[in-house]
Amino acid sequence: MALALDDLKSKNQTADRAFRGATLAGGATIVIILGLIAWTIADKSRLAFKTEGLSFFTEPRWAPAANVYGALSFIYGTAVTATIAVLLAVPVSLGIALFTTQVAPSWLKRPIVAMTDLVAVVPSVVFGLWGIIFLAPKLTPVFKRVSGWFHGVPVLGRIFGPASSGRTFMTAGLILAIMITPIIASISREVMETCPLTDRDGALALGATRWEMIKGAVLTHSAGGIVGSVMLGLGRAMGETIAAALVIGSSAAITANVFSPGDSLPSVIAFEWGEATSDVKRSALIAMGLTLFVMTLIVNFVATAVVNRSMKRMRGES
Amino acid sequence: MNIPRKRLGAVVSVLAISLIGAACSSSSTTTAGTTAGTTAAGNTTTSAAAGMDYSKLDGKIVGSGATFPKSFYDEAIANLAGIAPKLTVEYGGGGSGKGRSDLQEQVVDFAGTDGVVKPEDIAKFKGGDFVYVPTVIAPITLSYNLPSVKTLQLSPATIAGIYQLKITKWNDAAIAADNPGVTLPATTIVAARRADGSGTTDNFTKFLKASVGTDAGGTWALGSGSTVEWPAGTQAGDGNTGVAQIVSTTEGAIGYVDLSDAKANKLSFAAIKNKAGKFVMPTLEATSAAAEGATIKDDLTFFLGWADGDASYPIAAQTWIIAYTKQADPVKAANIRGFLTYLLNEGQTLAPTIDYAPLPETLRMKAIANIAKIGG
Repeated sequence: MALALDDLKSKNQTADRAFRGATLAGGATIVIILGLIAWTIADKSRLAFKTEGLSFFTEPRWAPAANVYGALSFIYGTAVTATIAVLLAVPVSLGIALFTTQVAPSWLKRPIVAMTDLVAVVPSVVFGLWGIIFLAPKLTPVFKRVSGWFHGVPVLGRIFGPASSGRTFMTAGLILAIMITPIIASISREVMETCPLTDRDGALALGATRWEMIKGAVLTHSAGGIVGSVMLGLGRAMGETIAAALVIGSSAAITANVFSPGDSLPSVIAFEWGEATSDVKRSALIAMGLTLFVMTLIVNFVATAVVNRSMKRMRGES
Repeated sequence: MNIPRKRLGAVVSVLAISLIGAACSSSSTTTAGTTAGTTAAGNTTTSAAAGMDYSKLDGKIVGSGATFPKSFYDEAIANLAGIAPKLTVEYGGGGSGKGRSDLQEQVVDFAGTDGVVKPEDIAKFKGGDFVYVPTVIAPITLSYNLPSVKTLQLSPATIAGIYQLKITKWNDAAIAADNPGVTLPATTIVAARRADGSGTTDNFTKFLKASVGTDAGGTWALGSGSTVEWPAGTQAGDGNTGVAQIVSTTEGAIGYVDLSDAKANKLSFAAIKNKAGKFVMPTLEATSAAAEGATIKDDLTFFLGWADGDASYPIAAQTWIIAYTKQADPVKAANIRGFLTYLLNEGQTLAPTIDYAPLPETLRMKAIANIAKIGG
């Protein structure tokens, strides 16, 4: 008996050790890959920073022929399109999440959830092609009409300025909004579903209407998770390449006019890489990748911090 | 019990269909190969490949680079497979920049490039000296969408005005002056250009620079390159197909598109005024004529745009395959020579069928002479 137990123990330890080794390897792989990516792009972008200096971030011109490599227009374009995307996607996504968790009867809930998730699996190039072939031509007259409405209005007149084509910041923002809606909607939905039934029933028992219950119980409970999902969506919108590239208009421009063609960091990298024949140009494109990497990292850190803080607060409250 | 049997039936029929399909496609490849072979055999007087036995080639060579000649190379590779069954040639595309950096780092055996390597970059090629082998040329059209205008003529200065948004209506005096007797509509011009960095943009802007730009003391201010600072009012499309799509769907649009994409999209294209002052349509003959008028340097680099000659079409793309002269593996060297020999012999008769122009004879002979330097 004693021998058998010892045998078992030693076997267990081997298995344990093997398991620990395997998980460690798995965990280490991701760290190593991330480290290698960071190191490589930092190393390869050094030339661009050396030749361009800080003006890489402040120069709005991108003129490889004149040896001027500035990323400012593209940083601006990335920020503008991601902002448009989030502004448009958040209300719709929260609407979907609230409808599926609080309002919809269960027979309607399931198909809506399934369809929202289906949007998430559509390849981004399909969105891009749909945008360029269908959406962009249809949007041109809409943009023109909207810019007509706001013509002469102080601030809005500049934001909704003259439109000449369907490939604009706005088009890219719209496509990105569609792409990030399922991310925000499904994470928010899952967070809302974790709202304790007792909280909801309690609110209703105290005589709250359904909206008061949602406002008081569901939204307060899930605020952190919702912010986190929005940040994830924002990160996705900033990094999206081909869908944005096809509809953004590919023009280095810094303008308040959302109906103007522009460009974003990932789309410039994708479109310029193949013909990047000079070392500085190649390095400048990699430096843009690094910039994008840092931007998304910041967004992710902020998201994690917000989620953690709200979770702590919630635990403290309950 | 019934279900598996049904499934088996389905599998068998799918197999049968795919087998038939495979049989059909393989037989068609063989036919195409033989046709190309016979055509070339008919030209034996001009063929320096007499005696080249492609079936002896054995192994695999890999290249990457320019996308402009890719459909020509793909077609040639497919036909070569019929007569050199043991040879595998892969051409990956990815752009001239990618091809050159791939060859520089020796990850490919040959690279396709639409432009010449800059003098300061030559030293970076790890494999030492390399040679240029021009393979094919093609016109770049200015395609337009004006249903009421059947023929259109444009001079370089007018094109420069359009792309700098100085000429914004089709009935502008400058366009009217190029087209006496043609009724032009008052439609707004939409100038379409490439969104991606491109050799086509490089050749188009080089043509403008040479004809009306700084080199000619004129009005083209955007310089030249695979990407230039286009005015924000121009519209960008991804690839030749993207520009062709803008032109075909927008009335009043004009775009620079290579001939095969312009034809595939059934676009109308303009006759362009050449250096001799003649308006010439973008035909393959006019492009070959431009190559005869162009100055060919000793290393076989040249620029086709704005070439001399009455019959020359002034906007064209040229492309080269570059490969190292020093080759460690003689079998690989023979394979590269074999592929290039095919491109410059049988390939030249294949080119016009897919809207590429063959090289003029003198240039072709020089190119064949350069092939011998690879691994030789």
